[in-house]
Amino acid sequence: MRGESRRVRKANMATPMQRPEGALLRQNEHEELREELEGIAREIRWDIVRMIGLAQSGHPGGSLSCTDILVCLYFHAMNHDPRRPHWPGRDRFVLSKGHAAPALYAVLARSGYFERDELWHLRQLGSILQGHPDRLKTPGVEISTGSLGQGLAAACGMALGLRMDGNPARVYALIGDGESQEGGIWEAAMLAGHHCLGNLTAILDQNGMQIDGSCCEVVGLGDVAAKWRAFGWEVEEVDGHDVVEVCRALDKVASAALPGMVVANTVKGKGVSFMENNVDFHGKAPTPEEMERALKEIEGS
Amino acid sequence: MTVSKETKSTRDGYAAALLELGEKNENVVVLDADLAKSTQTEKFKQRFPERFVDCGVAEQNLMATAAGLAATGKTVYASTFAIFATGRAYDQVRNTIAYSNLDVKICASHGGITVGEDGSSHQALEDIALMRAVPRMKVIVPADYYETREAVKAVAEIEGPVYVRIGRPKVPVLFGEDYRFELGKALILRPGRDVTVLACGFMLHKALEAAEELAAEGLEAEIIDLHTIKPLDREVILASAARTRRVITCEEHSVLGGMGGAVAELLGEEMPTPMRRIGMKDTFGTSGKAEELVEHFGLGSRHIAEVARTLCG
Repeated sequence: MRGESRRVRKANMATPMQRPEGALLRQNEHEELREELEGIAREIRWDIVRMIGLAQSGHPGGSLSCTDILVCLYFHAMNHDPRRPHWPGRDRFVLSKGHAAPALYAVLARSGYFERDELWHLRQLGSILQGHPDRLKTPGVEISTGSLGQGLAAACGMALGLRMDGNPARVYALIGDGESQEGGIWEAAMLAGHHCLGNLTAILDQNGMQIDGSCCEVVGLGDVAAKWRAFGWEVEEVDGHDVVEVCRALDKVASAALPGMVVANTVKGKGVSFMENNVDFHGKAPTPEEMERALKEIEGS
Repeated sequence: MTVSKETKSTRDGYAAALLELGEKNENVVVLDADLAKSTQTEKFKQRFPERFVDCGVAEQNLMATAAGLAATGKTVYASTFAIFATGRAYDQVRNTIAYSNLDVKICASHGGITVGEDGSSHQALEDIALMRAVPRMKVIVPADYYETREAVKAVAEIEGPVYVRIGRPKVPVLFGEDYRFELGKALILRPGRDVTVLACGFMLHKALEAAEELAAEGLEAEIIDLHTIKPLDREVILASAARTRRVITCEEHSVLGGMGGAVAELLGEEMPTPMRRIGMKDTFGTSGKAEELVEHFGLGSRHIAEVARTLCG
């Protein structure tokens, strides 16, 4: 099964704590990893575009911008077992920017949490795949999200709970840059910093755009890496579409005693030329013609 | 039942329950938002510091963090003042706790007008209405030390989110060590044939006092402790209303959407019955001593008796 190969590879690797910094993966392993993850990401993007296209509803821009990050998490960084979604030792993932649900669903299906055919029922009445993640309906979803600014705090709660139990599992949370205008993000940032939640990693999908325009024009975040450092987090800034760089950053911040933040610079709508940096596709589905064009473009990439 | 002279606060009952729970159940975690000394979670904090998290002055974060802890299998008691737990953090309670159906027991102190001197900004008068409207949420308003203690212990065994409204002032002790709480089971504390008086929380002892006053005049009020607002005990309410044909509700909460609203909805659909709702009449509170405010806003036992006389007259 697909989840198996990743787990076997992880088991064969030394733990991040034992590896000297900068030598997490040998060069040939880099290229193998890049090829594997980029291949998966291509399939995930295809699934995202098709499911939103069929639903005629959903958020393609922010789903495509975080695709590579989610692929790095589910097929490299995270220790999880789709056959045992409630296994206590699993790493947890929280999609704080819940509107990117299509990306999460595609990754969960690819991992084996449910059948891929479910994807084509996104947002339909009776579907296990709601417009935003619902933990009671979708296997692999840890907590329901959608109202922005709450998922990171929930992830803090999970990290605290695991630490109380002496459970070595990690918690990962993906937040958006538009979402970072919510005060709740910074309340959680403060709590995690105060409690030195070293078992928590947040990833910022910094695609620079939100519904009303570019984040800089709406309410700019300023030097976001400096902000997270000031809150007591270990921060790495990467190209969010370079899978090897993202994996390296995830591994690196996981080895720190502080909560980890990976600022991932991304492109909204990444992978579909007419959606890239096009704010119109924040929350708008492609027409059937646009969907076909986008799918062909992804197939040829 | 008569009203005892001994008084104890419901929040002390909360503190006692948490200590018992902490001893018996390693899974119990308590969260507060910089009000541990007021909500009385401080005692749990002293005894079980490794299972207590102070989220600071950040009630929204308190609720979402509580949800995450519950997602790892913990039974989480989350406390702050009722106004902040249900108002400021409403979205976290609805979307992260209740929508996820997580084991978070929101035990909020300082509910109602009897907060007193702090005034309107700290007097939660809409919290029951807000929590009652949230799917999956159960809503409990205990009346005295023992009912609070037992309710708080009992909800640890109830799956999903629960809201327990706790008060600030000392109130007469109505029950004893042998009290056992049952969710959704209203208690007839004093039978009567002339009028049904449903009361919860602080108002229960006022209703019992009113019944004494009315009895001296030959009017027999049936006093029911409606400690659970959701799920509502339809059977007991409808049976009593069928006997007396007159209903009064008493709560230190807005008459809109709270316990009185819940009872009015039930009677309106099932058994239209003449009724009066005693509570805050769509108004903000104000500063003053608790008993002064009870008098000022028409929530005292003499007000209840007067409404009963009018309704029965």
